[in-house]
Amino acid sequence: MNAETLRERAREFLSKNDPSGMDRLDFLRARFDAGLAWVHFPEGLGGFGAARELQTVVEAELEAAGAPDNDPRRIGIGLGMAAPTILAFGTDEQKQRLLRPLWTGEEVWCQLFSEPGAGSDLAAAGTRAVREGDGWRVTGQKVWTSSAHTARWGILLARTDPDLPKHAGLSYFVLDMTDPGVEVRPLRQITGEAEFNEVFMTQAWVPDSNRLGEVGEGWRVAQTTLMNERIAIGGRPTPREGGMVGAVAGTWRANPDRRTPELHDRLVDLWVRAEALRLAGIRLRQQLAVGSPGPEGSAMKLTFARLAQELSGFEVELLAEDGLRYDDWTLRRPDLVDFNGREAGYRYLRAKGNSIEGGTSEVLRNIIAERVLGLPAEPRVDTKVPWKDLPR
Amino acid sequence: MNLLYSDIEDQLRSSVRDLLTARAQPSAILARCESEQPHDLELWRTLAGEVGVSALHVPEELGGQGASAREVAVVLEELGRSVAPVPFLGSAVLATTALLGVEPTGPARELLDALGTGGSVAALAISLATMPGSPFPSGVEATGDGLRGAVRAVADAAAADVLVVPAVGPDGPALHVVPVAQAGVVVTPAVSLDLTRPIADISFDGATSTPLPGAAESALDSALWTATALLASEQVGLAEWCLTTTVAYLKDRHQFGRPVGSFQALKHRLADLFGELALARASARHAADSVGGEDARVSALLANSLCSEVAVHAAEECVQLHGGIGMTWEHPAHLYLKRAKADQIALGTPGRLRALLAPLVDLPGPR
Repeated sequence: MNAETLRERAREFLSKNDPSGMDRLDFLRARFDAGLAWVHFPEGLGGFGAARELQTVVEAELEAAGAPDNDPRRIGIGLGMAAPTILAFGTDEQKQRLLRPLWTGEEVWCQLFSEPGAGSDLAAAGTRAVREGDGWRVTGQKVWTSSAHTARWGILLARTDPDLPKHAGLSYFVLDMTDPGVEVRPLRQITGEAEFNEVFMTQAWVPDSNRLGEVGEGWRVAQTTLMNERIAIGGRPTPREGGMVGAVAGTWRANPDRRTPELHDRLVDLWVRAEALRLAGIRLRQQLAVGSPGPEGSAMKLTFARLAQELSGFEVELLAEDGLRYDDWTLRRPDLVDFNGREAGYRYLRAKGNSIEGGTSEVLRNIIAERVLGLPAEPRVDTKVPWKDLPR
Repeated sequence: MNLLYSDIEDQLRSSVRDLLTARAQPSAILARCESEQPHDLELWRTLAGEVGVSALHVPEELGGQGASAREVAVVLEELGRSVAPVPFLGSAVLATTALLGVEPTGPARELLDALGTGGSVAALAISLATMPGSPFPSGVEATGDGLRGAVRAVADAAAADVLVVPAVGPDGPALHVVPVAQAGVVVTPAVSLDLTRPIADISFDGATSTPLPGAAESALDSALWTATALLASEQVGLAEWCLTTTVAYLKDRHQFGRPVGSFQALKHRLADLFGELALARASARHAADSVGGEDARVSALLANSLCSEVAVHAAEECVQLHGGIGMTWEHPAHLYLKRAKADQIALGTPGRLRALLAPLVDLPGPR
């Protein structure tokens, strides 16, 4: 499947499905069935088994025709994390049932991984899944769960055997978030809003047919999810000043009286690093396009987090007296993180999460040092003993 | 915009690296830098004559390789990685680019030919600390009696047999070709911070010279902007050596019964450096790719200001994380630290380059 064939397929599809005269959802379903959803997925599951980068050909054709999209930011967890995991470990029935409504956005997904007692040390997760008949009873607490309040499904990491060492006793499930044993509570953050949730599971029911991978194989399945999370966070290409640096530069330009020589040099330094990070992202995409992803990718998120924090902190400082004010502490439940729709104080506080979510910067440094640079790991005391005997 | 390395660039890199690996080992460089002849001119003649690095971006019709600044940048990466004491920046980048900016006929063309084969080595007689966009220097005057004046801190001048000298005369600014071997020219090698790219002070007292026809100011400007863009690649190569060498050492060095590289306090610093290097490389590639283009100045200032900081940080981490051995004369880390620190000043310090960048990207300073 090359670019030209795909372009023809897209045009042929559009000639039969005019987006201007069709219901949005009908159009998205038809697009999925035509294999134009994600071309690197297999035939029958929204794709053609084509090269991933050929997706851009399809997107260009559909965008030119004014086609609606599937609101990818709203369903990012499903698209970026659940889908690749289902594709890699799901049964045929699971793939057929789950992937289409996931892609069209009819069913929203959330990720039930982190727990109050298992953050960076995810493999220590203690949510228990106990076998009962042809399924499992799940009890425990998950935290930092985006979209849990709108989700139909959750990808769940749970402990099925506490007598085994931590990595070996985990299994991976798809949890129905509408089950009566599932309770979702907003988790208010330092920004004042509740973008995330806590999820409490009390004897929640999961049929065994909703298990992904073998019993005890949960850690391996979760690795697939996490690997795709890091790809997803890498993001798409932006123009110069397209990210947070644009907001800060705008504040600078609008406030000539607040400029000082010291702030000026810091601003240009931040601008330089933001632009270099953008170029590094372009370089990474160029490497992916020729099929040789460079190890630099693992450092992108680390650098992004630090820069977002420095930039947003700089902006509050630049605003001086106005930096003493905050736009709104009201408890809100946003669907998305909106850096540009809010003011500097919000950006400053929300950016604190950038070095925590999706792997803390400290864990990322371990990953870069050990997997990319090949430095030896710290000696471990927790990997060979039964999970139930670990101090906590 | 292509920020990767082409196959041809990779081939060029491996030719240069093979030669430098064979001929520019740290111990040999260390021995040479305290000798009477700190530049390795024999190595330079091989690099110029056999690998062809000294006329890379000279057009084919002028006897060069007809390559672009991207290939020059790749050579600089390798030279940064080895800190080989060859006059590439002074002769093949600064002097050659200046010569390409005037009318490349007559004496300019002859000199380009001689530089291309490595038969001659030139230096551009300006302070290495000169920033791009600086006014035409006024330290040397062209009089009826030849050139008079002085220039301090000229890179690679001690290795040069000919100088390209910006001088102001009755007819305005011009570039002059000045043979070193004459009574009116005194080149005094300085005790240089950077042992592998030593500087020299030059005085002219009635020196005989050949003025070159053509636009001297724009030729000098072009040399400075090109060098600013490309020096970033040398800094990337240097930083990469520092990171690679430190990683290897921390895997090998044991204290407290384990490799010191297993301590998070150390490995996290290297992970940070790895991230900085990814930014430095992307910006340096962008700068090399943009030479002569629309975004050339922004990308040169961006890359040089950033890569200067990254290279110094990498070299400082290299010394610190090597511990005691890193502080010794016998370990090559200091050669890299000295080069990195000198490169930070070369062609403008990062702060000054950022000040130059600000108005170009609509970030005006305080009123």
